Order: sequence, then structure tokens, then C-alpha cells
Amino acid sequence: MAQHTLPPLPYAYDALEPVISKQIMELHHQKHHQTYINNLNGALSAQVSATQANDVPALISLQQKIKFNGGGHINHSLFWKNLTPPGTPGNELASAAPSLRESINSRWGSQDAFTKAFNAELLGIQGSGWGWLVSKGGPKGRLEITTTKDQDPVASGDVPIFGVDMWEHAYYLQYLNNKAGYVDGIWKIINWSEAEKRYTAGVENLLKL
Amino acid sequence: MAALFSNSARVALRSGASASSKAGAAGLTFARGKATLPDLSYDYGALEPSISGKIMELHHKNHHNTYVTNYNNAVEQLQEAQQKGDISAQIALKPAINFNGGGHLNHSLFWENLAPKNAGGGEAPSGSLAKAIDSTYGNLDGFKGKMNAALAGIQGSGWAWLVKDKQTGQIAIRAYANQDPVVGQFEPLLGIDAWEHAYYLQYQNRKAEYFSAIWDVINWKAVEKRFS
Repeated sequence: MAQHTLPPLPYAYDALEPVISKQIMELHHQKHHQTYINNLNGALSAQVSATQANDVPALISLQQKIKFNGGGHINHSLFWKNLTPPGTPGNELASAAPSLRESINSRWGSQDAFTKAFNAELLGIQGSGWGWLVSKGGPKGRLEITTTKDQDPVASGDVPIFGVDMWEHAYYLQYLNNKAGYVDGIWKIINWSEAEKRYTAGVENLLKL
Repeated sequence: MAALFSNSARVALRSGASASSKAGAAGLTFARGKATLPDLSYDYGALEPSISGKIMELHHKNHHNTYVTNYNNAVEQLQEAQQKGDISAQIALKPAINFNGGGHLNHSLFWENLAPKNAGGGEAPSGSLAKAIDSTYGNLDGFKGKMNAALAGIQGSGWAWLVKDKQTGQIAIRAYANQDPVVGQFEPLLGIDAWEHAYYLQYQNRKAEYFSAIWDVINWKAVEKRFS
């Protein structure tokens, strides 16, 4: 059975500094993301055996493992690509994402109002989870800010335009309990070019083997 | 003591911390109706090497204190909503009360069920609790293995607890998401915090090492008191 593998980062581990430290990026990518992949591969091969054995209780008990670890793999794969080093062209909403910018402005009034609303959602997460800008129902749909708990992925059918990881492992070594500092900083590294691509054309199947 | 704790805690949660009595024995104080951060009975560095002083300081002074502050704010809003008879506002405050009140309860219990090695930390339980553990899990190591598996299995933030079932008197291991407190059918005996902030500065992604090291600083005397 084909195994899922860790996708390489599209930039160096230290490229997101000073917003996200090299040490965080290394641990987050090489350890956390890799662990989701290992556990996903394990759960999928257990599923093959359980299917062959027609073991329904085992199949049911594997579903949550697949959701959690598959979700972890999907979410992190989306996250790495929707970030870009600070000061690169992708950081500029106006030039990198003209149609997304127009939709954001018409929905929230201004980029500033959108950012405030997004930050409030991120800081309101109780426990581990993610904040997302999604396009409902497919590309160029209605924009919505949503959160997902733990490693739940964005609802199928909706397009995750970009996501922000609010697990403590995403920021703690650098920001400690100051998660508002991390949330403020993340805007300096959002990849609006990738966001525009997803908004207008959807997301390619990242995990296709 | 366990009853005093759960009563005062429940009163505080239900009536918006109007209880003015001090339940200091359980580490929870409600001075003038406000929840306050309880003092630790040991120094921040006293649980090293199992838990670093820096983790303890941040965890107590910042994380726990934020739950206390946010709980008090939520209770204040709840009281206003009650005075206005605004039912939907009262219902909308429920998650904030559960999360922040739970965070306050859980951490208050956690600090008490930890102790430095030179103050009995890690010394095996005795008496009726030891008997209950042996008869339920074979022996103490059997229990630790099951508890560590429950901790490792938490998907996201949460806690694992050794609890007592109020209906049967039996002990059990239960995992709780985020800051959900142990209330209702079960009584909390021993809690271990599996949030990343509880270990990340020292153990990073190697959480199994934290779960294994924490047994050296478990205060079984405090757990025995809650059990009896």
C-alpha cells in the first residue's frame, strides 16, 4: 500500500523568522507533522486488514484515528503552503490577491475589520484547533471565518483559503502564553498568492498518492 | 475535604461565585465572591527535574491566572444577565464559565496532587486507595500504564483523571477535553494536565517522557485524602 510522506517545506526552516522561529518550524514539520503521517499510515494499513477480515468494530474504531491523523496531515500541508517569508511579494494582499481582496472588503468592509474578526476567532478557540478563511461550497463562494477543533479538517466541499494553527506547539517556544503576539505576527507571513489561487480555483488534492 | 471542595466549587459555578466562604483546604478561595489564584505549597523549581521551574511559573502565574481572570469576568457578566433576566445571554456565557471555571478547578486540583520528592512526591499510595488500585489495575504500575495510555490518546488539549464513581464507589480512568471539569457522576482524585503548555518548553513533542517523569512528583497522600 502506498504510504503518505512528509511534503517538503516551500522555504527554509528559518525563513519565517522573526514571526516563527526556526526551532518551532523544525519541530513542527519534522516531528509533529511527521507523527500525524506515521499514525495515518498505520491506521490506513490497519483499516486494510480490518476490511479483509470484515472486522466491523475494528473499522469503526479506526475512523477517529483516521480523522485525527488524516486531518493533521491535511491541515499542516495546507498551512505550510499558505505561509510565505515576510517581505515577499505574496505578503501583499492588494497585489497578490486582487479578487480575494475585493470579496473580503465587500464582506467585512475593510481588510482591517476582517483581520480583527479573524483574530477574535483565533483567540476564542478553547483548547487546540485551527482558524480558517473558507469559501463556502467551492471556489468563489461566500467567504466565512471558521474554526475547527483539534485536527478536524475544514468541511468537505468548502475551500480552505488559508489556515492558522492554534495548537500551542505552533507558537509556545517563542511566544509562551502570549498567543495574541503570535496571532498579530501571522499576518506578516500569510501567503496571499496561494490564498488567491485557492479562492479562485480551489485546492488541488494535496494528499493524492 | 473532597465534599467541601466539590460543594464550594459547584456553588461557585452555579451561583456566580457568590459563596464567600473560603475553601482554603482544597486550595480554592473565593474572597468577596471572586475566584483567586491559589498559592502553591512548594517553590516553582521544586518539581525539577520532572517539571522545570520555568514551566511551573508560567503555568501557575500566567495560564492558571488567566483562567481565574476570565472566569471572574464571565461570572460578572452572568450576574448582570441574571439581573436583567436575559436568558439568552446567560446561556451564551455557558462555554466561558465551563472553560475558565474548569481551568481554575483543574489547575487547583493539579497543583495539590503534585509534590516535590522531598515532600513525599512519588511515594506509593497506601491504605484503601492502594487496595482499590491493585484490585482494579493489578498493581500501581498497571495503573500508571493505563493512565499514560489515556494521556497519550488525548487528541488535542485535555486532562486524564483517576476518578471515583459516585454511584458505585469504584475508581476509573477518564479523559476530559480541553478544560472540561470532573463534575457530576465522577469525583476527581488525581489529574494530569496533557495540554502542551504543561510540558512543551522542556519536552517539546516528546510527551511520553513527560507522562513518565511526572510519576516522580505525584502526591499520593493528597489523592488518598480525596478518595476517603
